[in-house]
Amino acid sequence: MIKYLLRRFGVALLVAFTVSVITFSLIYLSGDPAIALAGDSASNEEIEHIRVAYGYNRPIIVQYGDWLARAVQGDLGRSHYLKANISEVIWIRLGNTMILALCAISFALALAIPLGVAAAIRPNSLIDRLALALAVVGQALPSFWFALILIFIFGMNLRWLPITGTDSWMNFIMPAVALGYYVTPGVMRLTRAGMLEVLSSDYIRTAKAKGLRPMAVLFKHALRNAIIPVVSLAAVQFGFMLGGSIVIETIFNINGLGYLAWETILRADLPMMQAIVLVLSCFYIIITFLADMLNAFLDPRIRIA
Amino acid sequence: MFRHVLKCLPLAAVAVGISVGAAMAGKANDTLVWATDRESAVADPYYNRTRELVIIGNTVWDNLLLRNLKTGKYEPNLAKSYKWVDNVTLDFELRDDVKFHDGSKFGPEDVIYTVDFTTKKEHGVVTLKNVNWMKSVEKTGANSIRIHLHKPFPAALAYLGQAVPIIKRGHYDAAPKTKEGKSDYAAVKPNGTGPYKITEVVPGEKIVMQRNDAYHKGGPKGTPTIKNLVYRTVKEGNTRIAELLTGGLDWIWDVPKDQAEKLKASGQVNVTNAKTLRVSYIAFDVDGSSKSKEFSKLKVRQAFSHAVNRASIVKNLVGDASEVVNTPCHPDQTGCVQDVKGYDYNPAKAKALLAEAGYPNGFEFNFYAYREREFTEAVISDLAKIGVKAKLNFMQYKALRGLAQKGETPAHHMTWGSYSIPDASGMAGVFFSGGKDDPANDKEVNALITKAGNVTDQTERENLYRKAFQRILDNAYWLPMFTYAKYYALNKGLDMVITSDEIPRFYTAKWK
Repeated sequence: MIKYLLRRFGVALLVAFTVSVITFSLIYLSGDPAIALAGDSASNEEIEHIRVAYGYNRPIIVQYGDWLARAVQGDLGRSHYLKANISEVIWIRLGNTMILALCAISFALALAIPLGVAAAIRPNSLIDRLALALAVVGQALPSFWFALILIFIFGMNLRWLPITGTDSWMNFIMPAVALGYYVTPGVMRLTRAGMLEVLSSDYIRTAKAKGLRPMAVLFKHALRNAIIPVVSLAAVQFGFMLGGSIVIETIFNINGLGYLAWETILRADLPMMQAIVLVLSCFYIIITFLADMLNAFLDPRIRIA
Repeated sequence: MFRHVLKCLPLAAVAVGISVGAAMAGKANDTLVWATDRESAVADPYYNRTRELVIIGNTVWDNLLLRNLKTGKYEPNLAKSYKWVDNVTLDFELRDDVKFHDGSKFGPEDVIYTVDFTTKKEHGVVTLKNVNWMKSVEKTGANSIRIHLHKPFPAALAYLGQAVPIIKRGHYDAAPKTKEGKSDYAAVKPNGTGPYKITEVVPGEKIVMQRNDAYHKGGPKGTPTIKNLVYRTVKEGNTRIAELLTGGLDWIWDVPKDQAEKLKASGQVNVTNAKTLRVSYIAFDVDGSSKSKEFSKLKVRQAFSHAVNRASIVKNLVGDASEVVNTPCHPDQTGCVQDVKGYDYNPAKAKALLAEAGYPNGFEFNFYAYREREFTEAVISDLAKIGVKAKLNFMQYKALRGLAQKGETPAHHMTWGSYSIPDASGMAGVFFSGGKDDPANDKEVNALITKAGNVTDQTERENLYRKAFQRILDNAYWLPMFTYAKYYALNKGLDMVITSDEIPRFYTAKWK
């Protein structure tokens, strides 16, 4: 098991390193960072001055090596654009994104799991059809469109909820619903499929034959087994929400990590961009690593292979 | 598709008659909230060159002079009076009733410090060109100073009227040190003399300002009336409209023309179209350094210039306050003479010129642009009518400017805002003085433009610019397109004049 753990850890580190190298290269392909920093209407002299001041006149490999050496010591540097300590900025933005992602995944699970279970208990019933319809709509409806519908109804028409900002918990309701709804169909269908398979297995029939209460059979014996792949899926979706909620964060003006990543790319703020990639890669790597470990723990064949 | 769909909902709100209410912004809270899509993390006009910081810089700091937009003259602001001693020396008498926001008194030492500090390259101000035309400043009396210029600089008053905010002596001494041991000047707490003072900066989110009740009386900026001023970053255009309609914002700009017209028709907010100093232009690969060689032929460039219906783009896409230009500068800029002969819209003549150039059936080329895609697509549509097929390469500004400077674009559609400097040298001087941005490096044009940028006699300047502009047009190095215009949408309860220089004067705003 330890050998397997070390092997997976090594692979994870290599993935993080490769991603950062590729990102660094792509940043340069998208344009001259000195021009981006200098902004519109900057003279050539000013651009050249910035190029030297920020060290962009050095070979790319030297710039990358310099950054990596400091990053492994925990120093992510300062943002060229925000003129602030990158770790502090990421910490603040990550907080907003974490709240949004946690609210969204909670909403998704709270909606999808009961619906999936209900659909599996009575396949092809009205509730199953309704759940299917919800899944189809959720998969077909773009999140930005759904977000705008929510703004229109609850922000502009009814005026129940604030449209932008992060000042109170109410600010997170619409974005969490918009973001979470997109995840709901996958979780619901997986729950339904898992429950259908488990409910037709021999040990459930045995449990019923022993005279256990239906709710105990359903939640204590069936759901506990059916939900294992759902947990893995939710973990992956949570990772996706941390870095991929750019559209929702933009529409609801939430200063989160996804929004920061997008803005950083546009500004060619190299140190910030590298740091965000590193942080997000680490999140994915940790989540994937934990999933690998869990799978290996549950199924010994994986670690032996 | 995304943009198109996004347009629908806020306008649907207009259609169902949602009224403007009061949330955190508005008269009830005596708080004017304005928003743009850009983040302004640094609240120092010397270390941030965004448009938003130009606006905030003008609100929180004062310059020695201020341009009167009605007369176009430069009036004393922190100065009491000024006069040219000769064409490289300016004398100023300073006001003696001005205080910085921290309560300290303003004086000659502050002007000397500002110029001494900002003109030193090692201090890394991002707007060096705004100050490096000054050689030195000396104190000539208890409340007077003398500015020495390196050489005659006719735009000096324009810069002193807007781009040289005065900083308190020793201000940057408080700069914290970075881990590398460098001073982080941008991190010093803002301290100006302007009508509003900064009380809170949340990087990337908002900058909160409060009325400066100790602001000196009788200055050209007047006395501010609204108590609180908040600048917010709201990235999405439709979210900004939604917030304006629900009272979360009082002032927005850059509203697309179609949405602005619908908002105006709804009557729920005030909508205004006002010109800006930004000019749209198309530059050609005159020397054939790109892979396409077509534009090295004069007749092809002239055909292109006749083929584009600039008046139609102005009327249908840009807005009422926009106008067609034939000069590489804005008509409102000093020295930007307009009596030059440009190219009229004449597709038949364009086709004939193309045939004479050896392209009777047109040709294909890569056309580059970075903003307002619809404007460039209108140009492409006009070119298609004469058989020229333009393949659009739409990219970010940073990428395009790099390509253009390397001469790798056959033709590119770009814009220039002159950093709001109301002088022709702010644009013509950048693009036709030789160097990376110059599409032709025509020695005669370079000499004329350079000389025009250094003589103080206005008539002589205008003659020099006139000759240079006509030569640029005759050789079709550039096709100046039109001036930009912005649509503004304001809370109906806000009484505020929209200016034509992209610098809203929030200190003049009042509640109705």
